[in-house]
Amino acid sequence: MLLQVVSPERMLVDEHVTEAQIPALDGYIGAMPGHAPLLSALMPGGVLSYKAGGKDETVAVYGGFVQILPDRVRVLADSAQPGREIDAAKARERLAKAQAAVEQQGAAVTDDAREEIVRAQAAVDAAAK
Amino acid sequence: MPSLIDIRRRIRSVKNTQQITKAMKMVSAAKLRRAQDRVIAARPYAAQMREMLADLAAAAEEQGETSSSPWLTRREVKRIDLIFMTSDKGLAGAFNSSLMKASQRFLAEHSGAEVTLTLVGRKGRDFYKRRHGGILSEHVNILNKPTIEDARNVAREVIRRYRDGETDAVYLLNNEFKSVMAQTLSVMQLLPAAPPAKKAEPVDYIYEQPPLEMLDQLMPRYVEVAVFRAMLETVAAEHAARMTAMDKASTNAKEVIETLTLNMNRIRQAAITKEIIEVVSGAAAAEE
Repeated sequence: MLLQVVSPERMLVDEHVTEAQIPALDGYIGAMPGHAPLLSALMPGGVLSYKAGGKDETVAVYGGFVQILPDRVRVLADSAQPGREIDAAKARERLAKAQAAVEQQGAAVTDDAREEIVRAQAAVDAAAK
Repeated sequence: MPSLIDIRRRIRSVKNTQQITKAMKMVSAAKLRRAQDRVIAARPYAAQMREMLADLAAAAEEQGETSSSPWLTRREVKRIDLIFMTSDKGLAGAFNSSLMKASQRFLAEHSGAEVTLTLVGRKGRDFYKRRHGGILSEHVNILNKPTIEDARNVAREVIRRYRDGETDAVYLLNNEFKSVMAQTLSVMQLLPAAPPAKKAEPVDYIYEQPPLEMLDQLMPRYVEVAVFRAMLETVAAEHAARMTAMDKASTNAKEVIETLTLNMNRIRQAAITKEIIEVVSGAAAAEE
């Protein structure tokens, strides 16, 4: 099964995988070869993980769409970062900053601030795996 | 007749200019290569997006929901938003002037509609600042290394206006990179999007969200990516144009130097000849 992950700026993943976990809007979807055709939006921040050549890889994906076909999965990310390119310490720092921002805003918390936490969390998770 | 010193001075000045134009040509060549790489890197996303858009539009049509979506219905075009892209810097030959001409042609052709401008690049901004009443926004100095974030900033307000019915069509006017020698002007209608070509065998997808809802999310991204791509193309085309212009300027400088050197040598020789004649005739006078 061919997995392609593209962001507007570049192609991040283009390889054959045995399975993939996709952060779809309504929850994670596991895709294996032969999956029924499916289109879905993605979570504002989630971790896409896949197995290629016996190795586990992760990509932090921040929103977008996924198209699943029996022989391929194509992820159209608004933006994305491969797990191995993420600096774990920086990601944690970003998460702490985002959480502090939400706490500071209190009841008047904006959607942007809340989404930033989700995105930062995704980066932390992608780096950790 | 100009004196020797004057000509020497001019040769020196032209040589300096030539060094600058040569350096600028090299810089542009290097930047062009990088810009081209980025254009190529952005292609897969755009291609994939078109495909998904076609699927979603077809699915929405099948469900007979097109009339409720602002993205799929066409309105009578009374108001137009034009995103006009130029470069920030000059010295790129006819790169910007051909864009200005094209934009004026566009305004003339659509004189029946009210055209609002979104200006990207300093040259276009300076040109239209005092010439056109309806300017939505200006984006200067973002073309150095454009990111998708920059494109989103440019597109955001235009997308909102179209969705809320404040404008009836969105166009994009920019230069595209064709080859190092040539740029092509591109006038593209972004919204309403042209109905995508129907696929021979439509895939029967499971839609996790209703197609129309996904379309609502996808269409703004479609516009953002089109703007992003146009920005990358503009940058590549600009560097190509500057490279060609600077190459021509270097060649011109070389020609000027050659002519001046020839002139200088002539004058030098004339001066020497004159001196010899003076010496000879002086000697002849002394002998007599």
